[in-house]
Amino acid sequence: MVLTDPTAATSDDAAGDDPLVIAGHRFGSRLILGTGGAPNLDELERALIASGTEMTTVALRRVDPTAPGSLFAVLERTGIRALPNTAGCFTARDAVRTARLGREALDTPWVKLEVVADERTLLPDPHELLDAAEQLVDDGFVVLAYTNDDPVLARRLEDAGVAAVMPLGAPIGSGMGINNAYNLAMIVEQASVPVVLDAGVGTASDAALAMEIGCDAVLLATAVTRAREPVLMARAMRHAVEAGRLARRAGRIPRRRFAQASSPSEGLADLGPSPAPGAASPDAVSPWPTSSGGPPGAALSGPPPGIASSCGPPGAALPDAVPPGGASAGGPPGAGASS
Amino acid sequence: MSVGAPVRITVNGEETTVPPGTTVALLLDALGTERRGIAVAVDGEVVIRRTWSERSLAPGEAVEILSIAQGG
Repeated sequence: MVLTDPTAATSDDAAGDDPLVIAGHRFGSRLILGTGGAPNLDELERALIASGTEMTTVALRRVDPTAPGSLFAVLERTGIRALPNTAGCFTARDAVRTARLGREALDTPWVKLEVVADERTLLPDPHELLDAAEQLVDDGFVVLAYTNDDPVLARRLEDAGVAAVMPLGAPIGSGMGINNAYNLAMIVEQASVPVVLDAGVGTASDAALAMEIGCDAVLLATAVTRAREPVLMARAMRHAVEAGRLARRAGRIPRRRFAQASSPSEGLADLGPSPAPGAASPDAVSPWPTSSGGPPGAALSGPPPGIASSCGPPGAALPDAVPPGGASAGGPPGAGASS
Repeated sequence: MSVGAPVRITVNGEETTVPPGTTVALLLDALGTERRGIAVAVDGEVVIRRTWSERSLAPGEAVEILSIAQGG
């Protein structure tokens, strides 16, 4: 008897034969952790290490001589690649200028392009975003574009030459998870560049779901840096992304309306006559007006309409209802925000 | 450094004066700014690192000195 599972890969093995490739660069980790929101640099550094990430986003802001510590030193110590962003830009003009400053500050042509429409939603402005993407690609940038969960805009960005499309699951920092799993699945199905879920992740299951839907990676910051225990949540996200990726590769079973025994139905022991002559047969209680008497489940076992494969977004995992008044901090409805 | 009237410029939104002939590099030295992970723009245009010691600042110019910061 073999007591070890030869198929049990370690995290490193799993990543080793399944790298994320963006613009020809290989990453072992499919989690990109942003640096925003951490209470201090020490906590951030520990969370970065715990997450296993190989790339982390940074912003560009006016130098603050009074700021304690150096983010640059954290990046140097951890060896994690920095991805400058254009956060805070509302126009293509500002985003292009900020991208050039980022290239100068970090000596990298990579940029997380972010052009938002307003402060309240921080939703990408499609027109300015596309304009900026075209300019930056022309200027030799490797553009990772933060975008809406809009398959058409994602295609336009890809046509413009971006290296990755990064649709939001929900607004930045909202923690609402994936609001439109169907659109996300469409973006994944049509994309020929990596798709990175960016924004909206609230907890580990959101990240796993994104990977199960078929995203190539997940980018998140707030979900870790503003968690009660950032280092613990960083570990959770690492495992969630790995689990979701493995599940995607493994191929989930189709959903069925009714049970399907996994134990054989043949070879059952004869344990004597049934003691309940009045027991109802399945047909007698079936609410289904069946003609053949067979279970109608087969007709209902396919993926939701419009979703091509069994890897589409699971209906059961579509957005958790946020109760009016939004009392929950992400727990199940009714659980409240205590603890 | 040439002799003359101090040059009024803006650095990160604050007005200041520097000696005439002050370059970006000299300004960074005067401010004691850490050189790594920063970028400089003058009137909105990026000043490439290798030209910091050549680019002198003219009256009325607005200098932005940016560094990497925490951000998603």
